[in-house]
Amino acid sequence: MATDERTIRGKVAIAGLAETTYYKRGQATDPEFKMALQAIIAAAGDAGIDVTEIDGFASYSNDRNDPVRLATALGLPQLKLSNMFWGGGGGGGSGAVANAAAAIVAGYADTVVVYRSLAQGQFGRFGQGSGANVARGAGAFTSPYGLMSPAQSFAMRVRRFMHDHGTEQAALRAISLASYQHAQHNPRAVMHGRELTEEIYDNSRWIVEPFHLFDCCMENDGAAAVILTSAERARDLKQTPAYVLAAMQGSDYRQGATAHNAPDYATSNFKTVAPRLYEHAGITPGDVDVLQSYENFTGGVLMSIVEHGFCEPDEANELFTLEHLSAPDGKLPLNTSGGNLAECYMHGLELIIEAARQVRGESTSQVHDANISMVGSGPMVQPVSDLVLARDLG
Amino acid sequence: MTDETSSYLPAGLPAPAANVDGLESPFWEGTRRHELVVQRCNDCETYQWGPEWICHHCRSFDLGWTEVPPRGVLYSWERVWYPVHPALQAKLPYMVVLVELPDAGNIRMVGNLVGDAEAEVEIGAAVEAVFEDHEGGGDVEPYTLVQWRVVEGS
Repeated sequence: MATDERTIRGKVAIAGLAETTYYKRGQATDPEFKMALQAIIAAAGDAGIDVTEIDGFASYSNDRNDPVRLATALGLPQLKLSNMFWGGGGGGGSGAVANAAAAIVAGYADTVVVYRSLAQGQFGRFGQGSGANVARGAGAFTSPYGLMSPAQSFAMRVRRFMHDHGTEQAALRAISLASYQHAQHNPRAVMHGRELTEEIYDNSRWIVEPFHLFDCCMENDGAAAVILTSAERARDLKQTPAYVLAAMQGSDYRQGATAHNAPDYATSNFKTVAPRLYEHAGITPGDVDVLQSYENFTGGVLMSIVEHGFCEPDEANELFTLEHLSAPDGKLPLNTSGGNLAECYMHGLELIIEAARQVRGESTSQVHDANISMVGSGPMVQPVSDLVLARDLG
Repeated sequence: MTDETSSYLPAGLPAPAANVDGLESPFWEGTRRHELVVQRCNDCETYQWGPEWICHHCRSFDLGWTEVPPRGVLYSWERVWYPVHPALQAKLPYMVVLVELPDAGNIRMVGNLVGDAEAEVEIGAAVEAVFEDHEGGGDVEPYTLVQWRVVEGS
């Protein structure tokens, strides 16, 4: 554990959480901004606080619903924190929690909401190429060659990792099977009632090798929010606090090099972030009871779990089985709400909510006596982030 | 190195262009001459890719451009089956490869692997560049893509 005072360990907690109904892409009946408001109000209700107590906002991935408009719409008496985590994809989910927690510890704000809202019918999809007739700058090195989508951007990293370490397709498949299995217990999940078997996975079409259809996240509409406040105050509120043991963000050496030139290529980009996370949380991988690991694509989950020290790269085929990844009794219960693959692609905020639900004992795939509940946000993007929650401060 | 007249992917994909600040212009001008021209620091001779305004190794702003042999080693690959752009409907599957250039400090380039997209590919295979000329049209200037081909017998 870090011995000085420069950590947020145990000083902040998630005190409230909520989501709207989760929809298939383009099927939300409400506009994106309205869904953001609904999730925030519901999260405040879950925490047992009045909405007007919210005084800060933190989000990520260029969320379109800015804090000033939210605070104005909600009639908040004052706004003390308006924060955006730079970087695209889901890399900023835990980072937004980190920023909110730091702001609370620093005294900038007292009650900060971390939120994300997505209505792709209103604003267009992630998984499609641009319609522009010219690609400039870094995009010129990829788009003219038909490398345009997130799946295509990450497949070669995963392929190289699989080549270097003898990783089999079955290891990727196990991640998908676990998510779908957990989603069958979760009525909120978009894929609730849609079972996935090895056979269905194996027969599903390739999107881009080595990703089958079921290796790829969904695209969805909806909104989600969590309320953070000081640990002291959280103890007096309605719910069991999910204490923040640590939250960390960052990126490894030259991971932003364009045209796929990151010197360490076959990586999820957690190699420098994970050790700092563990040091600040005062835990080791063996202490983690349940893990939510962001799935843009299953291969990134695998590399992320390796880089967080749960197994050696060459041991992935042994760890990544449905049995090991299943709640409640697996070695490493993974993505217990169904996550981005099968609950909802809420850019990973649904993973943070699920991590808090595990601490509260309220998951639909509850791990018995879960205490240390970890989240990894955004493998293979730059930057990435991590979060460790706990029920007991120990 | 061979010149090809037909393109690997169908027409309609975005054409490449340098950023408005001109950072990548020497590369795209080089491809028009069928030369592989990449960034190298004039002070410490470190190769750098993609281009940047400063050398990441010695922080010099004195960056130069140098022609390198149009050959490399296949570093990774992906076979694409789902078209994310309407133009790609007509060419599925297709191959995208990442090529490492041992003659240029192991920088890497993305391109297509010409030939049968369903043929087996091997990481580590020797490849050579194929300069693929495009006429442009409308407000798009003529441009040249750098594709790759497995060196037979490698």
